[in-house]
Amino acid sequence: MNRGCCLETLDERKEFILEKNSSDKNKIIDCEKNSIAGSISQRACVYCGARVVLNPITDAYHIVHGPIGCAVYTWDIRGSLSSREEVYRNSFSTDLREEDIIFGGEKKLAAAIDEIAAKHSPKLIFVYATCVVGVIGDDLEAVCKEAERKHNIKVVPVQSSGFAGNKKDGYKAACHALLLGPKVEKKKGINFLGDFNLAGEMWIVTSYLKQLGIEVNAKITGDSTFEEIKNAAKSELNIVQCAGSMTYLAKQMEKEYGIPFIDVSFYGIEDTVTSFEKVIEALGDKYNEEFLDLIKKEALETEKSLMTYKELLKDKKAAIYVGGGFKAISLIKQFNELGMKTVMVGTQTGKRNEYETIKSLVDEGTVILDDSNPSELEKFMKEKGADILVGGVKERPLAYKLGIAFCDHNHERKHPLNCFEGSINFAQEVHTSVNSPVWKSIRKELRDVHED
Amino acid sequence: MLNHTPKEIYEKRGLVINPAKTCQPIGAMYAALGIHGCLPHSHGSQGCCSYHRMHLTRHFRDPIVASTSSFTEGSSVFGGLSNLKTAINNVFSIYKPEVIAINTTYLSETIGDDIGSIIQDAEIPEGKVVLHANTPSYVGSHITGFSNMVKAMVTYLAKSEKGISNGKVNIIPGFVNPGDMREIKRIAKLLEVPITMFPDTSGVVDSPMTGKYEMYPKGGAKVEEITDSGNSDLTIALGRFASEAGAFELEKKCKVKPSILKTPIGIEATDKLIMELVKATGVDVPYELEEERGQLVDIMTDTHYHYHGKRVAIFGDPDTVIALTEFVLGIGMKPIHVLTGTPGQSFEIEIKEMLEEAGVEGRVKSGGDLFEFHQWIKNEPVDLIIGNTYGKFISKAEDIPLVRIGFPVLDRSVHSYLPVVGYKGAMRVLEMISNALLDKVDIDSSDEDFELVL
Repeated sequence: MNRGCCLETLDERKEFILEKNSSDKNKIIDCEKNSIAGSISQRACVYCGARVVLNPITDAYHIVHGPIGCAVYTWDIRGSLSSREEVYRNSFSTDLREEDIIFGGEKKLAAAIDEIAAKHSPKLIFVYATCVVGVIGDDLEAVCKEAERKHNIKVVPVQSSGFAGNKKDGYKAACHALLLGPKVEKKKGINFLGDFNLAGEMWIVTSYLKQLGIEVNAKITGDSTFEEIKNAAKSELNIVQCAGSMTYLAKQMEKEYGIPFIDVSFYGIEDTVTSFEKVIEALGDKYNEEFLDLIKKEALETEKSLMTYKELLKDKKAAIYVGGGFKAISLIKQFNELGMKTVMVGTQTGKRNEYETIKSLVDEGTVILDDSNPSELEKFMKEKGADILVGGVKERPLAYKLGIAFCDHNHERKHPLNCFEGSINFAQEVHTSVNSPVWKSIRKELRDVHED
Repeated sequence: MLNHTPKEIYEKRGLVINPAKTCQPIGAMYAALGIHGCLPHSHGSQGCCSYHRMHLTRHFRDPIVASTSSFTEGSSVFGGLSNLKTAINNVFSIYKPEVIAINTTYLSETIGDDIGSIIQDAEIPEGKVVLHANTPSYVGSHITGFSNMVKAMVTYLAKSEKGISNGKVNIIPGFVNPGDMREIKRIAKLLEVPITMFPDTSGVVDSPMTGKYEMYPKGGAKVEEITDSGNSDLTIALGRFASEAGAFELEKKCKVKPSILKTPIGIEATDKLIMELVKATGVDVPYELEEERGQLVDIMTDTHYHYHGKRVAIFGDPDTVIALTEFVLGIGMKPIHVLTGTPGQSFEIEIKEMLEEAGVEGRVKSGGDLFEFHQWIKNEPVDLIIGNTYGKFISKAEDIPLVRIGFPVLDRSVHSYLPVVGYKGAMRVLEMISNALLDKVDIDSSDEDFELVL
């Protein structure tokens, strides 16, 4: 077979790549480090992390204090749906110019907030610091505080200068910005942390919880509002889906408000059932357990529906490259449910314990990668004969160029991929891409490369 | 969705809402991709590079690669010198490009890294090239970034050997799609005019599906071609904002005569490009081009009543918008709102002159945003919007059809393969405009008004 890859792997990168091997059981992958200069990393910055977490708050005005690009590249790319307000889908920027760099951007920012306050009657404004704000030294805290006093609204600075770490530090900055409410009396109900309502996924989970009689007081942050997030301190339990972005907030809320938390995942049948069980267990006997029978029945029916796809996807191999470890783990399980084998799995910002779970879930020979780049992805997808890649925006055309199918499990998914209906959507999408006749149009000798 | 945009227009002092431009580095990255074997390098933090790759990937639906200096807090305090040196070494040893084209970012510009000196001190392997453009995000827009990178190609590479002409014409195509660049090259080929096009992203961001991923596809202007551009007789710069700086630099450095034309969108601008090529080389216009022009005029005759007198709002990049405005005026439409996000007064002057000459009363703005553009449309509605994908919010809110031309187009495909320039491109634009207007008639008509033939 023509491996087709002329590119070597940099020595410094070798520890970030691991092939599961029974003779070398204790070997661990290096992770949670900065990328090396000159790399073609798929990673983004601190600002990006903060923005993706906070953006789904639907009635917030998100002002990006900095150059125009930071605002443009995050403008309505997230696919977080809203049942009410649409303010969050606009793009607000101070568009700093040369003179602002010299004299400071504080005045412009204050004017921007004044304009929004005067013309749009906002309740909540987030002000994001970008790279340059950290360098020219604008005092975001002071400007926001003064604006709060002047307009009597909530103006929250988000300390997200792009260079000050990487995406996960942005998650942390967002979590700080989300601690909005005072300590209050507890009431019935929970908070759902770490679902961003992509393609309406939040609505599916909350409708199940409603059947269970569980009230979701605050959704953080998919389809949420300022009022909801302010009231989050009242809840009796936090359930955390996207661990990478939200564990920090859950811990803070436990410390400040005494709210316990549990991890959940509603991706794949197995995780969905387990997560509902965990929620019921965590809430003690306060809620009706009969619901579980219903869930298990639905799980069985979904499994039956997946049979057709399992037949269509028999012996196909999957590669995964996603943002965080949480998603990768769920995806490995989902491929298992479809009878597919995961041959390569990587993340941009996975944690050590997540990589350990990943290692325990995959078969011998599977390649595990941290902070990978297109050439490595190409090399291992080819070597391992992957039939489909699951990833985000930048990975899609790469897979296609290699003649490999693709499933978007990021911003651009157009249908929900969670719970039972999502499991079927996932199988359907994997099938339509893997079994598309389009691959037959690639010249025969090229197909041979992949069949080898 | 954006229906809450108020009709009342007010002056904004601190805020851009819904931008009609983006930042310099992405324009520089796009231009750099138009050099054969080039890996663009973003000198700043990871996010910039990632965002630019993501945006270009969405528009072209092709893998876009670029490396980054991966700034940390340390580099932001002590400067990016060591990051960039390490990056240059790493990139050459791992990714093996012919060229590294560095663009700066807001961050590296503000801390004041002197890229020129860093490059001079860097170890560059024999036969390889490193060049750079200063592209601070706080000046201009992505078009300025494109222009600066083109200028940098000339500054770093172009050379002239006294008295020797290579008999070629240089063409700087501007910030257009690879499909447009292919069309311009095809026209030159039909005219049998030897040209050097730079940058040339055709064959790079519209590379064919082969089942093998090529990090450096076949396309792009070769370094030796750009070097040799100093020996040409003429540089045709298409679009003042994106291409003029490169052409003037080449005149300054190598005495190559510059000719600044509009981006050849529409019959008039295409005629001018062809006549300029004819004038430079004395060739005759071949029948194929005469035939294409004739077909275009035939289509214009067949379709003129679809759009004549219709009011249109145009936004996007200045060179594209200037050319589109000329084209739609030439077919009897009324461009009553014309806006670009890129700053620059000459844009307003040029459009105003065109509107005045045509007797159309319209609003023009450079450095504007889509919030204001939407307000204009609310106050004075139009029949059609022409612009990039971001126009879809206004289109939906006001129920006005949108023809997607420009950058970026994130929600449709094929656009980057097919031209809007040249006679062929004009035919395509006419088809898009006519169909958008006629589809609206069909959708809106009641059963008793619905007709088979429109």
